[in-house]
Amino acid sequence: MFLTDLLPPLAQLTPVEQDHLDQARQMQAMSFAVHIPLVCFGVAFPALVVFVEWLHLRTGDPLYRRLARRWTRVMAALFAVGVITGTILSFELGLLWPQFMASFGDVFGLGFAIEGFSFFLEAIFIGIYVYGWDRLPPKWHFASGFPIIFTGFLGSMMVIAVNAWMNNPGGFRLEDGEAVDVRPWQALFGNDYLWHELVHMYVAAYIVVGFVVAGAYAWGKLRHGRWGRYERTALAIPLTVAAFAAPVQLLVGDWAAREVATHQPVKLATLEGLQRTTEGAPEHILGWYDKETGEIRWGIEIPKLLSLLAFHDPNATVQGLDSVPPDDRPGPVNTVRFAFQTMVGIGTALALLAVVTLWVRWRRRGLPRSRWFYRALVVAGPASVVALICGWVTTEVGRQPWVVYEVMRVDAAVTGAGGVPVGYALLALVYLGVGLGVWWVLRRLAAAPLGGAGDPMEVAAARGPGGADADGETAGGTAGGS
Amino acid sequence: MHLYEVPLLFSLIGLALYVVLGGADFGAGFWQLFAGRGERAARVREHAHHSMAPVWEANHVWLIFVLVVMWTSYPEAFASIASTLSIPLFLAAVGIIFRGAAYALRSGTASGRELRLVDTAFSLASILTPFALGTVVGGIASGRVPVGNAQGDPWTSWLNATSLTVGVLAVALSAYMAAVYLAADAVRTGDEELERSFRARALGSGIAAGAVAAAGLVVLRDDVRELFDGLVSGGGLAALIVSAVGGLATLWLVSARRYEPARYSAGVAVAAVIAGWAIAQAPALLPGELTVEQAAASHDTLVATTVAVLAGAVVLLPSLALLFTLTLRGRLGEEHGAGGEPSAATAALRALVPTRTSMLVRLSIAFGILGFGFLTLADSGWAHAIGVPCLVLFALFGFRAAVPLEEPEEQGISAPAEQER
Repeated sequence: MFLTDLLPPLAQLTPVEQDHLDQARQMQAMSFAVHIPLVCFGVAFPALVVFVEWLHLRTGDPLYRRLARRWTRVMAALFAVGVITGTILSFELGLLWPQFMASFGDVFGLGFAIEGFSFFLEAIFIGIYVYGWDRLPPKWHFASGFPIIFTGFLGSMMVIAVNAWMNNPGGFRLEDGEAVDVRPWQALFGNDYLWHELVHMYVAAYIVVGFVVAGAYAWGKLRHGRWGRYERTALAIPLTVAAFAAPVQLLVGDWAAREVATHQPVKLATLEGLQRTTEGAPEHILGWYDKETGEIRWGIEIPKLLSLLAFHDPNATVQGLDSVPPDDRPGPVNTVRFAFQTMVGIGTALALLAVVTLWVRWRRRGLPRSRWFYRALVVAGPASVVALICGWVTTEVGRQPWVVYEVMRVDAAVTGAGGVPVGYALLALVYLGVGLGVWWVLRRLAAAPLGGAGDPMEVAAARGPGGADADGETAGGTAGGS
Repeated sequence: MHLYEVPLLFSLIGLALYVVLGGADFGAGFWQLFAGRGERAARVREHAHHSMAPVWEANHVWLIFVLVVMWTSYPEAFASIASTLSIPLFLAAVGIIFRGAAYALRSGTASGRELRLVDTAFSLASILTPFALGTVVGGIASGRVPVGNAQGDPWTSWLNATSLTVGVLAVALSAYMAAVYLAADAVRTGDEELERSFRARALGSGIAAGAVAAAGLVVLRDDVRELFDGLVSGGGLAALIVSAVGGLATLWLVSARRYEPARYSAGVAVAAVIAGWAIAQAPALLPGELTVEQAAASHDTLVATTVAVLAGAVVLLPSLALLFTLTLRGRLGEEHGAGGEPSAATAALRALVPTRTSMLVRLSIAFGILGFGFLTLADSGWAHAIGVPCLVLFALFGFRAAVPLEEPEEQGISAPAEQER
């Protein structure tokens, strides 16, 4: 049972002077934006690699083995970067938001404890999988991929459980600003909010990986004319994954929006720019929220659609921003609204692309031929990442000014330490360097030969029996080169 | 033992494992930097890299484990430490970024110059991170972290005699652990020259680490008298003796070229230092400010954390054992080729033309409709709980029916490059 409606908002625990609250928030946001696309590759990419390895085991066709090995390299490089960006996030929780951790670390910390273990297992089995090609019996190597898929799911579930708790807190009572009577299992897993966030993010991971990888091969086809059987297979598999995930995401997203309408009405009002509580509220597409008048300007208005979508009733009452005092509303309404509309717009376009793909697959039993389709795929990769980040902007900025919804404000959570702008600038520089480095290494990995002494991933090249895996054709495309 | 001490014990075990295992990874970076120049140095660097590459991610996670258990079980102490010691923690974080990025980038290097650049970044980060984390430990141990949000001095809390000594000790211990491990690894690969060079490094850094530790005691005596007294009496003294004996035993084992037991005695020597610190500082978590009991989270959280850690350990420890067995043996069995598998052409047809396709399509459509009904049209939680799995099945069956799109080409057309070996 969630008691947040009954809880009085928490007064500031210890007032601190933090002149750089905005920079602290931006620093956190930047770190998330860097990490989340990598999470998608940690969650969804292993499943694709293992599937291709399974095709090899089943058919004996060396092409699938070559593809799985090449993808394994990309997976290993991106996982390494994901490890460090994830570590930075756990550091930042303490460095930037110590009061949040001090007050509620014992409520949600369990989620991170389980996440720590699943991350641990993921790292162990990634090590075994990446370095076990040629060294483990094929079936055992294949089996070592499954723990990666499972722990990737479990780890992201735990982090999302914490985020769901921040959006819909429960499992504790407040007494003089202290969390007492803490029930951590209930806080994390007895939360209605967990499920739609989890499914939404998980499906998003498959969309991002599917479109980004397919987009990379589409680029190779358009730009370099690489279009052998290898490239067609390498494009078709992730594309098919995305083609099923993207339409599903429309339904999941609609479900998520209905949950938000019920549990976080102010966030819904912000997404829609709905100033006044309205019966039979309209939906506005595009346009600009005018802070002065509280109207949407230049938007396309569709009467009663918002009420219908949010509550399945065209005359339902939808709470507006004016249902709470101005201080309790997310400040940048247009940021949230724009992020939300971008996410929905891109998501819808990706679903349309998916329908085209499946239609052509069904009618012509093959891949589309039009150059325009491949141009669209090249755009779809980055677009899916944009939609992903917009989704997180929507939910996280839409939660403001709360770090724990209607319990603790962000300005009460922030560190009192100085130097936030310095840290922000340094981290931004470091991430810029890491980003360029990742871009560079993915291009290199795509071009480097597989196996043998020239293979950078071949640990045992110097010691084990040479894992020669002749790969004369180095046209692996810009695999994963997003 | 009280319940409120259990998570701290987990953290200390995690910390010891991080120093022993992760420390060796850092030390490998240290030796890469001081490998010198030329072909022989390149081999030293290669050896250091290859020995650590498969395990560094797993070893790194011990740090995450310690952070997570601390903030869950002792949130107030964690927040005080993180806010007061934010500068060294940030430096450690930057070092971690560079290390991980270097691992990712190294696989793409083509020329010697690129490799050197990446290795140098890696090495510098490998020294920065243990040093910064060591100063954090020194700041906590010397009682320079008051309770509250950034209440301690941002500079002197980690730039003081104790912190700097612990920082240097952390780097020295890392180098020492790494040299012992790498000498052992060199024996396995049968490279005598490498073995000799790492043996000398192990002996030298072992003596250096012992000297820093002894100097640390003198520093502690002046700077943090209470901790010093704890270390030279009772349990603290016992741990100190264990550490010294372990260190000396390792030196003897290394000089006798018995590296396998040396790995373990070196680990014991390092772990005993951490145990000694914990015993000497007990029952304080933040000396002079907060005891472990005062810092502990609520009962239910402690129980949940303990249960989660123990349950996790049941899965984790065998997995870790598997990884290390595979790594230490350097091979996971014989080379396994594609021999004995069905011929490509016939078997590919078997997979690609499943007679069940139409059945899969029908199942997919059926679950798609069910999912839409239960998730989108219905409004209650139980319906959604049915709807989501239905949509998952829709996607799985549909995917299975739709891939792979490509039929195998006729034999003779496929490029020779696709023939594997």
